[in-house]
Amino acid sequence: MDSFLTSRIVTDILSGLTNGVVYGLVALSLVLVWRSTRILNFAQGAMPMFATYLGMGLLSYHFGYWACVVISIAAGFAIGGVTERVLVRGLYGKPEINPIVVMVGFLIVLEAVAAAIWSTLPRGLPSPFSPIDWQIGGKPFAMSDFSVYEIVTALVVMTAVALLFRFTKLGLQLRAAALAPEVSRLLGVRVGRMLTLGWMLSTAVGTITTVLVASNFFTGLTPQVMDGIFAFGFIAAAVGGLDSPVGAIISGVVMGIILQFVGDFLNSNAIILVALAILIVSLMVRPNGIFTKSTARRV
Amino acid sequence: MISVDGLSVSYGAVQALRDVTFSAPTGQITAVLGSNGAGKTTLLRTISGLQSPTKGSIHLDDHELLGQKPENIARLGVGHVPEGRGVIGEFTVEENLRLGALMAQVNLREGLEEQYTQFPVLSERRRQAAAKLSGGERQMLAMARALIAKPSALLLDEPSLGLAPLVTSQLMHTIQHLCRTNHLTVVLVEQNASSALRIADRAVVLHLGKVVANDLAPVVAEDENLRQYYLGMVE
Repeated sequence: MDSFLTSRIVTDILSGLTNGVVYGLVALSLVLVWRSTRILNFAQGAMPMFATYLGMGLLSYHFGYWACVVISIAAGFAIGGVTERVLVRGLYGKPEINPIVVMVGFLIVLEAVAAAIWSTLPRGLPSPFSPIDWQIGGKPFAMSDFSVYEIVTALVVMTAVALLFRFTKLGLQLRAAALAPEVSRLLGVRVGRMLTLGWMLSTAVGTITTVLVASNFFTGLTPQVMDGIFAFGFIAAAVGGLDSPVGAIISGVVMGIILQFVGDFLNSNAIILVALAILIVSLMVRPNGIFTKSTARRV
Repeated sequence: MISVDGLSVSYGAVQALRDVTFSAPTGQITAVLGSNGAGKTTLLRTISGLQSPTKGSIHLDDHELLGQKPENIARLGVGHVPEGRGVIGEFTVEENLRLGALMAQVNLREGLEEQYTQFPVLSERRRQAAAKLSGGERQMLAMARALIAKPSALLLDEPSLGLAPLVTSQLMHTIQHLCRTNHLTVVLVEQNASSALRIADRAVVLHLGKVVANDLAPVVAEDENLRQYYLGMVE
């Protein structure tokens, strides 16, 4: 049993799961914005990075780790809201290329400003849990206190988002504003506020993800900390379906596991190629994503 | 009561409504009739705040509606069932109703039960996606969603569109019943003039954005000129 748990396959599955939940969270944050405003937020990695710098910068002022996490998330909410109001609001209904150009530009600006303020050198964050792998029968097992922290946090966030959307009045309004803005207004929903809230929520989820990534002993916080992960999260969202939060999460987790196997059994350089191949094949077979279902029917 | 006074609306150079004036009394159905492009839908969209007028005024009892956002007009008690019903297909029947009840100062459970009693077919399908409903069922859902908020006025845009004659007839009787029992101000936009005139108390006929008749429904129904030239009701 011990040799099975420490085998190469189980190790890859567990490592892939840990990476996959992070991809799933990034994908979820992209889906939250897409569903509410039909905009692909290419700054979805940079905005949370900035919020994380703002919050975690307080570590230098003797704030505790958890206090800084809470402040980072609050900063994420604020950055998401301000971005929607100031930058995005004028882009609704414009040609699709406009928001893409604006958000890519915003990504570049945020990373440049972050580099100018905090430098491009990795800033080590205190790891709240040990990153050292557990041992089973004297052999390393691909789980650590930190990876449990990552997985549990991801599950809590995903469950909270699901509960919010499924069972609360606010979630009902957020979904309605995204699906049918005009009808929602006729029913008294303040659609503008809901769109702002969607961006706030999405950036807050992204910030939690960035905190997890940057708190990893081996990563640290840099202005580009989320660039690579954003690419995998983006692919996961496109494969799962930009309209499907559940699809984004499942596809993120599955992609994490597949890519871990690719890196282990083939070559780590092949990871991005395989990820792009998955994206291309899935777009050819299911252009709207594997988990997006069409409910329209002629009557 | 809804009072529209001197209302004009333009889409660029095209004038969709020209100096439209009429009143829709409380507890009565006011049918707004006319051919395609007469301005009927524009009129309802302007009342509910989706369209801005170039001039004129709209009152719901003592409240000026002009310049207000659609969500605020809805909160004042104007329910609008738009053309094509506007039910959210991805939502279940019950989620659509819950959405309608959000702004209402009513107990949700009581509100749902009331609508399920009014429209039993919705009760049977409460967990079903609205996209799976038939056209008639969708219309029932759209009306129930508007009614659950206890509006004082109900704007109905082409409710019979795409429905079979028998379903249309049942629908018109339902609208009449709802208007009487809830003491609603109903503005009913219809191309199906004969169905609408059967249940309406008053009728306004629009042609190219202008009011060409505004009278009691039986008077409009008997007017040969209106029937022939504006309502397409050829014997």
